Formats: sequence, structure tokens, C-alpha cells
Amino acid sequence: MAEKDIINPENLVYEKTKVMTDKVLHYCPGCGHGTAHRLLADVIDELGIQGYTIGVAPVGCSVLAYYYFDVDMQEAAHGRAPAVATGIKRVLPEKYVFTYQGDGDLAAIGTAETIHACNRGENILMVFINNGIYGMTGGQMAPTTLPGMKSSTSPRGRDVRTMGNPLKMTELVAQLEGTYYVTRQSVHTPANARKAKRALKKALEYQKLNKGTCFVEIVSNCPSGWKMTPVESNKWMEEHMFPFYPLGDIKVPEK
Amino acid sequence: MKELRLMKGNEALAEAAIRAGADAYFGYPITPQSEVIEYLMRENPVDRTGMQVLQAESEVAAINMVYGAAGCGKRAITSSSSPGISLKMEGISYLAGAELPCVIVNVVRAGPGLGTIQPSQSDYFQAVKGGGHGDYKLIVLAPATVQESVDFVRLAFDLAFKYRNPVMILSDGIIGQMMEKVELFEQQPRIAEAEEWATVGKKPGKDSVIVTSLQLQSEEQEKVNLRLQAKYREVEKNEVRFETYQCEDAEYLFVAFGSCARITRKAMEMARNKGIRVGLMRPQTLYPFPAEELHRLAGQVRGILTVEMNAGQMVEDVRLAVNGVTGVGHFGRFGGMIPSPDEILNALEKQFIGG
Repeated sequence: MAEKDIINPENLVYEKTKVMTDKVLHYCPGCGHGTAHRLLADVIDELGIQGYTIGVAPVGCSVLAYYYFDVDMQEAAHGRAPAVATGIKRVLPEKYVFTYQGDGDLAAIGTAETIHACNRGENILMVFINNGIYGMTGGQMAPTTLPGMKSSTSPRGRDVRTMGNPLKMTELVAQLEGTYYVTRQSVHTPANARKAKRALKKALEYQKLNKGTCFVEIVSNCPSGWKMTPVESNKWMEEHMFPFYPLGDIKVPEK
Repeated sequence: MKELRLMKGNEALAEAAIRAGADAYFGYPITPQSEVIEYLMRENPVDRTGMQVLQAESEVAAINMVYGAAGCGKRAITSSSSPGISLKMEGISYLAGAELPCVIVNVVRAGPGLGTIQPSQSDYFQAVKGGGHGDYKLIVLAPATVQESVDFVRLAFDLAFKYRNPVMILSDGIIGQMMEKVELFEQQPRIAEAEEWATVGKKPGKDSVIVTSLQLQSEEQEKVNLRLQAKYREVEKNEVRFETYQCEDAEYLFVAFGSCARITRKAMEMARNKGIRVGLMRPQTLYPFPAEELHRLAGQVRGILTVEMNAGQMVEDVRLAVNGVTGVGHFGRFGGMIPSPDEILNALEKQFIGG
């Protein structure tokens, strides 16, 4: 069978969502960003809200997220995405607004913006990709780097006595009155990806209710930053990241 | 019918923001401009026009909220005073880079650092020469009265949208705090249609809209810079605003802006009573600076005294404009001190007349 015979509609079992553009992703092989993008785009497509969604890209590996999501997007300064999203949502309250941020952006330089947007209960979705390292700048220590974990700025491993402790931002925002739905997911296996997708879908559906901030952390791998193969990095993530950042819902809406 | 009121500068400015059809105000309290957000919260403009008002957790957050709202094509405004404006500088650079229109009000107090809450003009450089990183310009309007605090809000929004550029209103603690008679303009409608560069939701069959100041390739970034520079040249050509007083027969010239220009005008009158023929130029736009007119006036006078409530900032632009045609001096009081008219007159006599 020739290639052109294989690629025809009746043979297709998988299709790229139309909410992602055809631009080639710049992410490293094996990185979780691509899957996370795809899931969020899928959800936007399934909910039929492509024309009603405005995204905010961060500074970090996903700085170019606006090339990949085929929705209107704004590029925020480092850490300021929740403030930018607040500005958008306050003037366009009927639109769906999300931020997509890494750990350095959301949990270090943007800590104040994150906490206060959540505390005000801004009706936005915050997607938090936590891979415990600064990928874009070349593998420096992140606020979520595990104790003892090596990075270019913790070359002998993170010493919590001098470098501080990893910050569990998701547990922290779950305690705030303003958050409505807070969950931690991963996308490294098909089963986990399906769960993460359900979480993202719920979070966007909840936005219609105007009940507060929805916060979805995705614990992810960084093969380049962790200096591992993709397979090794996923295994390492399961063995080391998940015990510290356990997966599952942290705050769910009251029935 | 004229609507006349006796109002404090900060409150008049806040009222003008509502009337100019602003969609949103984001701010953080700081003396001497907290009356702006207090007035807006009291007035609750969401009931009058639908305008949103939010007290942010910081100046940094406030300017980024302005960015978000401006990126949606909305009329967004923020206000602060000097230390708070320093915090906003990151966001202002991003706004300039992404070519987003907005209005930023600086009710200047004296610095550096925490300084004092008393009035000053020591943020001239920060407003006019950049302040944030990168090659960019703000359009800078300098009100000298409560009336101009009102009128310049409307003008600032018009200029911001005409050029897709942030506009700064560089006021000071005197104008913000004093009460004057003011004529308020009529309520302007909020703009309903979104500009095509605004993120309001992707239109079917059209490309998604992206608001960004990022260009990874130098060639592309240089193109952005060239486009910005071309825009600034247009601004310089079209938007210079100033007033002159008694310059026709002047032998000497004062140059002063904002509240300091009013004190200097008194000094001008005192000088004329003594038989010294002195005029005054008051730039209303600090960028674009009225360099051409100043250069022309420089040719007819024996000397120019720049009077500022700082250690000598605008005087650099005056010297550039005058370009050696005549002598240029500076007189300033700073740290929150306000010069008196006789001090200014003394400075003129000492520096130029040898009295």
C-alpha cells in the first residue's frame, strides 16, 4: 500500500487538533510540553471555544506557545501572566482566559501575581508545568527543584539549608478561598494524559460558572535539563518527582 | 452647558478617566496620588459606564493588568508616584515593545529611593529618556493645572490609540493635591468595536492575533525597532505642544514645565516690573520636545534659564535644542522643595544679568 493510500480519511484513527497550528514545535524530544499543548488544544476544540479563548504565554520554554495554540494570545513578561490574564478577563469577562506557565515563571518570579490572582478568585485557568528546572536558560535550579537534585546552579545538589526548599505552589493555592478547582496531573503515559485532559476540560468548563480560579499543575519531565533520555527521565520523574508532588485532585468543587 | 467644579487634581484626573471612556483602571495606593483610586472606588464607574476598577497587589501587577486589557484593545489607565513608577518600568517597556496603547500617570514625588512625598520633577529623565529597557519612547504630557490634568487624560487616550503607544502624564504632587476650578468635558462613549490587533477571540478564517514584544531573530527585531523609530519621528512631527508667554520682545527666556512653570511665570512678571524683558516657554509635551520653536527663540535672546524642581534634567534637552546659539543655565530646587518666584528672578539676574 502506498503512503497516499494510507493517508486518507477512512484510515485515520488520530488527527491533529485544529486548535494547534502547523508550526514545528521547538520543544526538545521527549519533553512533556508538546503533549500538554495538544491536550489543552483538544479541550478547547471539543468545547467549541476556539473563537472565545484568549491565552497568555509566559517567559520560559513555552514562551512561544502562541505559535502553537491557534487562539488569540498575549505574551506576558516573566511571571506576570496571571496579572495580564486578570486584565484580559476583567475587560472581557465572557471570554475563556488561560495562562500557561512553567515553574520559574509561576512559582518564583511570579509568586505574588500567582497567589493574588488565585486569592482574588480570577475566573481564569492557570496551567502550571512543573519540571523542577529552568529549561529555557539551560538547566538552572527552579523553585520546585527537589532537595539534592543537581542543576547548573546547584551542581552539588540542592542544599535546602542554603538554597531553600522546593515550593509546593499547588498545595499553597489550594488553601486560598479564591481557587475553585486545584489538581496535579502528569502526561507521561496515555492513562495519565487522559486524566490530565479530563482535568483541563473540567477547569475550562468551570470557568463559565464564575466560581474562581482553576489551577492545573502538570508534573513534567525535562530530558535535556535533567541530562537523561526521555525514557529515563519519565522513570526518574515517577521515582522522585511524584513522591514529592503526588498526583491527584487537591481541591474539588463542593457537591 | 459648561460643567464647572472645584476639584483636587487627583480627583479631577480620575473623573476625567471615567469621562474619557476608559474601560479599566488598575492601580496601587501611593502618596501623593492615592486619591485617584479612592475617587474611582467611591464613584464606582462600573455603574456609570461599565468601567472596571481594580486595586492590584503591586505596581508590577497593575501595569501588567493594563497590558492585558490594552492587548484586548481596551482603554486602560494606571496611576502611581515615583517609586511605584519605577516598579512599572518593566511593564512599560513591554507595552512600548508590543505597541499597546495605554495611559500611565506619574504624580511625581522627590527621590531617589523612598525620597519624600513632597512634589518634585525629578522623574523627567525616567519619563522622557526611557526608564525601562530598550529603544523606546513614551509620549509625555506635562499638565500645569488641574484643568490640564483633566484635558490631558482625554488627549492621552487619543494619542495612545493614534500611535499605538503608551502615553505618560507627568504630573507632580502640587498639581495632584491642589484644588482648582475645572471645566469637565462631557462623558465620552466607551469604544465598542475591537481593533484588528486586539486579542478578543480568533475570528473564523482569520489568523489568530498575537500580542508580543519578542523577536528571536535580530533581523526581525531590527525591523521592529525601525518601525518604532519611524513612528516616533511621526510623533515628533505632529504632536509637539507648548505655550509661550511674552516671548515677542523677550531678551531672556525662561523654560519650565508643569507646576514649576506657573511659579516661573510669576517670576517673569516680577522681572518685567523691574524692566527686564523676559519670556517663558512651557512645553506641554516633554516628548516630543518643542526643540524647533525653542531653537528659534534662542536666536532672539541673550540667555535661557531652565527652571525645574530637580537637579537639572530638562536642561539637557534645552541645550540640545539651543545647540550653542545662546547661553543656557539651570535653576532648580529639589528634594521636595519648591522654588519661590524671587529665587528664580535672582537666579536669572545672577546667571545672566550680573545683578
